[in-house]
Amino acid sequence: MATASPIDPAFLDQDGNPLFHLDHEPHHPEGSSTALGFWIYLMSDCLIFACLFATYGVLGGNYAAGPGPRDLFDLPLVALNTAMLLFSSITYGFAMLAMEKNRAGATQGWLAITGLFGLAFLSIELYEFSHLIHEGATPMRSGFLSAFFTLVGTHGLHVTFGCIWLVTLMVQIARKGLIPANQRRLMCLSMFWHFLDVVWIGVFTFVYLMGMLR
Amino acid sequence: MAPHPASENSGIWKLIFGRLDWSALPLHEPIVVGTFAMVALGGLAVFGLITRYRLWGYLWTEWFTTVDHKRIGIMYMILGLVMFVRGFADAVMMRIQQAMAFNGSEGYLNAHHYDQIFTAHGVIMIFFVAMPMITGIMNYIVPLQIGARDVSFPFLNNFSFWMTTSGAVIVMMSLFVGEFARSGWLAYPPLTGIAYSPGVGVDYYIWALQIAGVGTLLSGVNLIATIVKMRAPGMTMMKLPIFVWTSLLANVLIVAAFPVLTAVLALLSLDRYVGTAFFTNDFGGNPMMYVNLIWIWGHPEVYILILPLFGVFSEVVSTFCSKRLFGYSSMVYATVVIAILSYLVWLHHFFTMGSGASVNSFFGITTMVISIPTGAKLFNWLFTMYRGRIRFELPMMWTVAFMLTFTIGGMTGVLLAVPPADFVLHNSLFLIAHFHNVIIGGVLFGMFAAINYWWPKAFGFKLDRTWGVRSFWLWVVGFWFAFMPLYILGLMGVTRRLRVFDDPSLQIWFIIAAFGAFLIACGIACMFIQFGVSIWKRNELRDTTGDPWNGRTLEWSTSSPPPDYNFAFTPVIHDNDAWADMKKRGYQRPTGGFEPIHMPSNTGTGIILAGLATAFGVAMIWYIWWLAGLSFFGLLAVAIGHTFNYKRDFHIPRDVVERTEGERTRLLAAQG
Repeated sequence: MATASPIDPAFLDQDGNPLFHLDHEPHHPEGSSTALGFWIYLMSDCLIFACLFATYGVLGGNYAAGPGPRDLFDLPLVALNTAMLLFSSITYGFAMLAMEKNRAGATQGWLAITGLFGLAFLSIELYEFSHLIHEGATPMRSGFLSAFFTLVGTHGLHVTFGCIWLVTLMVQIARKGLIPANQRRLMCLSMFWHFLDVVWIGVFTFVYLMGMLR
Repeated sequence: MAPHPASENSGIWKLIFGRLDWSALPLHEPIVVGTFAMVALGGLAVFGLITRYRLWGYLWTEWFTTVDHKRIGIMYMILGLVMFVRGFADAVMMRIQQAMAFNGSEGYLNAHHYDQIFTAHGVIMIFFVAMPMITGIMNYIVPLQIGARDVSFPFLNNFSFWMTTSGAVIVMMSLFVGEFARSGWLAYPPLTGIAYSPGVGVDYYIWALQIAGVGTLLSGVNLIATIVKMRAPGMTMMKLPIFVWTSLLANVLIVAAFPVLTAVLALLSLDRYVGTAFFTNDFGGNPMMYVNLIWIWGHPEVYILILPLFGVFSEVVSTFCSKRLFGYSSMVYATVVIAILSYLVWLHHFFTMGSGASVNSFFGITTMVISIPTGAKLFNWLFTMYRGRIRFELPMMWTVAFMLTFTIGGMTGVLLAVPPADFVLHNSLFLIAHFHNVIIGGVLFGMFAAINYWWPKAFGFKLDRTWGVRSFWLWVVGFWFAFMPLYILGLMGVTRRLRVFDDPSLQIWFIIAAFGAFLIACGIACMFIQFGVSIWKRNELRDTTGDPWNGRTLEWSTSSPPPDYNFAFTPVIHDNDAWADMKKRGYQRPTGGFEPIHMPSNTGTGIILAGLATAFGVAMIWYIWWLAGLSFFGLLAVAIGHTFNYKRDFHIPRDVVERTEGERTRLLAAQG
C-alpha cells in the first residue's frame, strides 16, 4: 500500500497551501502560554484583594467604640514603608534589564537588593502590627481593625511568598544561569512583584491616607 | 452529636490530636454506622481486587500521575459519578423524611443528622458532582476540538484534579469522623460563626471548599490559556466550536468568581479561628457582607455550570440534525452577554435583605434580561432542528428533554426575579423546585447527553441504547413527579429545610415527590446498568471509524479512543465545523511522513501536594496544630522542589507514531 504523507499533492490546495494538515510539527516555544496563564492568575489574585478592599470599605467605619485610623496610623512610618516597596520595584526593574543583557552576576546582585528592600518592608510592617496590638488595637477589637489587619496582612503575606520565591530563583540562576526557563520565571516574579506594588499603592491611598481624613 | 469544644481534651492528648477524640465517631447514629460498614466493605473489596490483580503500579503510572488531559478528564468524570451517588443518597433520605414526618411523627432522622444531610446534599451536588463533571468534559473535549495535543499546563491539570479530589475526600470524611455543617449549603453567618456552630462541621465545609477551590481556579486558568494559545492554525475565534466558546466563558467566569469564594471563606475562617469581627453581630461585624460576597461568587457559579452544557446541546443538535448550527454568531454573543450579566444579578438571591425599591428593581430587571440571550439560544436550537434530518439518538433525546424542562425552569426563574413575588416565595419550596428544574433539566440532562455523545470517543464503543432509553424515561418522568409538587407546596407557603410538618393536608404532595425520587433512583440504576451492559457488549457496540455519529468537529477526525498525542499531524482549519468541512473537501488521512511528537512527562507531584493539602485541611479542622504546620511546610517544600525539575517533556518516537497510525489504517481498511 502506498503511503500518503501530508506533503503529497492530494493534501495541498491549488495555491500549494496545506489543506488538511501541517506537514511538520509547528514549533510551540517552550512555555509560550506561561505569560498569559500567569497574568490570568494575577487577575484572580487581584479579585481577592478587591474583596478585601470592599470588606474594608464596608466595615472600615465600624470602630465598635474602639480606636479609629486617626488614633492609630503613623503616616511617616507608612511613608517610609511605601518607599521601601517602591524602591524594590525599581531595583527589580534593574534586575530585569541586567537579565536582558544576559549578565547573570548583575541580575543576582539586583535581585538580592530587591529582596533586602522586601525584607525591610516586611520588618516595618511587623513592627507597625506589633505596636498596634500592644496598644490594644488587635484584629479582634472591631470590624474596622479586622478588615485593616486582613487587607494589609494579606498583602504582607504575598510579599513574604514573593521573597521566598525570589530566593528560590536566585538559587536556580546560580545553578543553571539565565537559561530561557529561568528568564521566564524571572518575568513571572517580576509581574508578581510589580502587582504587589500596585496593590500597595491602593492600600496606602485607600486605607492610610483616606483613613486620616475620616 | 454534641459539639466538641477544645477544652474537652486535655494535656498530651490535646497536643497530639487537637479536639479529635472517640466521641467524634458517630457510633450512636445507626444509619451512619450502617453506611460506614457498607462503604468500608466496598472500599476493602475494591482495595483487595486492585491488590489481587496487581493494579496499583498500573494505576499509579498510567492514571494517578498522568498529565494526559483525556485521562484526567475521565478521572474527573469518575469522581463526579461517585459523589453523585452520595449526593443522591442524601436527596432520597430527605424525601423519605419529609414524606413521613406528619401527624406527630418525627420521621426517622433527628434534627442534627437531617440538617447535615441537606447541607451535604447541596455542597456535594454543586462542588463535587457538577463541577468535576463539567471540568472533566471540558478537559477531555476542548483540546481535541481545537486540534491541540494537551492543555497549556499539563502538570497543573493533574494537580487541579487531585486538589478537587482532596476536597471530596474531606467531605466524605466528615460523614464518619465528626460532623458536617448544619447550616445550609452556603453557610451563612452568624449561624456559622464560632458562637453558634462551635463544632467541626463548618470547618469541614470551609477546608473542603478551599482546597477544592484551588483546583477549580487553576483548571480555569489552564483552560483559558489553552483555548487562547493552543488552537490549530486557521481556527480563528469565530471558527471555534460552540462548546469551546461556552467552555472559554465558563472558565473566564471561574477565574472571575472563585477568588471571591476563597476570600469570603477565608474571612469566615478568621472569624472562627482568630476571633475577628467580620460577620459577627457585635464589634462592628456585618453578616450581610458575607451574603453579598458569597452570592457574587454564587450567581456566576450557576452559569459556570450551565454554559458548558449549552455548548454540549449546540454540538448535539447540529450533529444529530446533520446541519450547521443555526445562528452561530448570535450563539457566541448570547453566551458572552449571559457571562457578563451573570455578574449583575447576585442580589436577587436576597431581595428580602431590604436594600430598597431601586436596588431591588435594578437587580430584578437585570435578572429578567438574562432570559433574552437564553431565549435566543433556545430558538437557535429549534431553528437548527427545523427541517433538519433529526436522528433521535440518546444525546438528542436528552437535548429535547432539556429544552422542554429548562424552559419551564427558566420561566419560574423570571417569576422569582420579580421582587414583590420574591418576598412571598423567598426560601420557599417554589425556589427549591425552580433551581432543581434548571440544574437537573440543564446541567444534569446536558451531562447525560454529553456522556452518551462522547462515550464512544473516549472508549471506542457506543453506549447501549435500550438501557439508555429506560434511564431517560425514568429520569424525565421522575423529575416531574419529584419537583412539580414542590412548586405547588412552595406556592402554598411551605419553606425549605423543614424536618417535620404540622399540616396533614400537605403530606400527599411529599409522597408524590418521594415517588418521583424513587423513579429517579431507578433511572440512575438504569444508567449504571447501561454502563455495565455496554462494557460487557463492547465488541458488538465497537466503533472503529472514530466518527460514529457523522460528527462535525475535530474530535471525530481522530481514532476512538484518541492516541496519546491526539493528532498525528496538526490539523489545518478553514471553516466552522472543521471536520464536516474536511469531509466535504474529500479528506484523505495521511499514512506516512510521521515525525516524533513532543509531549509532557508524567509526574507524581500533583497527588503528593494534594495529599499534603488533605492532611493540612484535616489538621486545621481538628486543631491539630503540629500537623498543620508540618503539612504546610511540606507543601512549600514539595512545591519548591518541583521547580528544580527542568526536564518535564519527552518525544514520542517516530516508530511509535508509525505503529499507532498503522494500526488505525489497518482497522479502517478492514472496515472498508
